[in-house]
Order: sequence, then C-alpha cells, then structure tokens
Amino acid sequence: MSNQDSPVKEIRWVGRAVVARVAGDIDLNRSPQFQHSLLALLDERPRRIIVNLSEVPYMDSSGVASLVKLLSRVRKSGCSLRLVGLSDRTRSLFEITRLDHVFEIYATEEEALA
Amino acid sequence: MMLPGGKPIRLCVLSLASHLPVVRAAVQKTCELAGLGAEAAGGVVLGVDEALTNIIRHAYKCAEDRPIEIELAVLDDPGARALRIRLRDYGCPVDPAEIRSRDLGDVRPGGLGVHIMKKCMDSVEYRQAEGGGTVLTMIKNLPGADERGNQ
Repeated sequence: MSNQDSPVKEIRWVGRAVVARVAGDIDLNRSPQFQHSLLALLDERPRRIIVNLSEVPYMDSSGVASLVKLLSRVRKSGCSLRLVGLSDRTRSLFEITRLDHVFEIYATEEEALA
Repeated sequence: MMLPGGKPIRLCVLSLASHLPVVRAAVQKTCELAGLGAEAAGGVVLGVDEALTNIIRHAYKCAEDRPIEIELAVLDDPGARALRIRLRDYGCPVDPAEIRSRDLGDVRPGGLGVHIMKKCMDSVEYRQAEGGGTVLTMIKNLPGADERGNQ
C-alpha cells in the first residue's frame, strides 16, 4: 500500500482527552496510515479519545476496521473512544454493519467532551 | 434512462488502492446518469469499492500491477430496469460457496465487505471465469419512471 500522509490532520488535547481531526476519504489506500495514527494516540495514555470525522466524506470497511481495532485497544487500556461528526454516508455504513450500537457517536466535539 | 450513447461503460484499472477514488467517481457519475438517488448511489459506490478492495486483497494478494475490468450497464427492459456492474479479475479463484457474510455480533476488524455489498445491492453473484479468475456481477434495481422523483 502507498505511504501517503496520515488522514489524521490535527491532534489536540483538552484536559486528559485527545481530539483527533481526520480529513479526506478513508479507504483501502489510506486506512493503514489512519490506523497507525489512531493507535499511536494510546501511547500518550489519554483518558478519552475523540475522533472527529466531520471532514471525512467517504469511508469504507477498511476505515471501519481501523476504528474497531482502536476500540479494542481502548477497552483494554481502560480509556474511552467517542466518534464525532459522521457524514450521512459514514453513518449509513455504521448502520449497515450494526456498529452504530457499538461505538459512542456524538454530533459535536463539545458533546463528546462533556 | 440510458447511459450516454446507450452503451455500457468499460474501464480497466490496475489493482492499485490509490486508483480506487477514480473508480468511485466514475461509478458515482454513472449512478447519477442512470437515475439513482443520492442514498442509493452512495450504496452502489460503497458496494463496488468493497468488491474492488476484496479483489486487490484476496484475488491479487495486494499485487499492484494486475488488471481489473469494470463494466457498468443499464438494463432497460420494461419492468426490469437495473444498473449492472461486472468486475472481472484474473486472480486466485474464489469459491462462491465460501463467500458469505460473517456474524456481525462478533465485533472485530475486517470481514465486512461481502455483508456491505449484499446490503447495498439487490443481487451479488460470483462465478469462476473461463481462463481463470472471477466475474462478479452486482445488480441494483433502478426506479421506474414514476418513482424517480422519490429516489
């Protein structure tokens, strides 16, 4: 797979929560970098990880798989994971795969940080 | 509604993940020309993308120089209007009996592609191709003339 720039464009700390802003399509081409960047967030031992997907117009199952892997690691490490700003398309993908009941999904960063 | 020229659209791409956005754009436009609404078109794009991902990963085992042929056609028979997508690869043969969705209650990475394809399409059919490889045919029914405004 190609080694493009990470789709994770910004990492911001709010207390002990870390907010990752993601941009662009997440597909087979970009999901390896996406997953690598997300899993690296755990190295800083946050209490909560918030993944902002509001700038992600398209995601496929490889992107979802990256988030499932992160969720698995998050649960083992005792922190929490919240997703924010899913587009209609991305939300539909989560519904199709029934993962909308597995992930904590919020409309805004403010709600996810509360 | 027919595609421009009334003929199928044929593309041939290499098994490169970086080419997937180009195919998605072509499928999206074809869906629009065929009269599919935004939600249904999004599902078709996703279904084709998942199928191509499976070909790259499983049929070609991530080799980046193998051909994938794509045909997009509108079947405009009265009472049976549909968008037909055919994907042809020359990779490892797939046993159609072994292609099935996995249990979604088992939350783990991967294995969702076939489930997504079946949810997004009205028909998904694999067959082994003469000369090796696989032909995947996916059908998405199109709205009738009186339904188009609601799709």
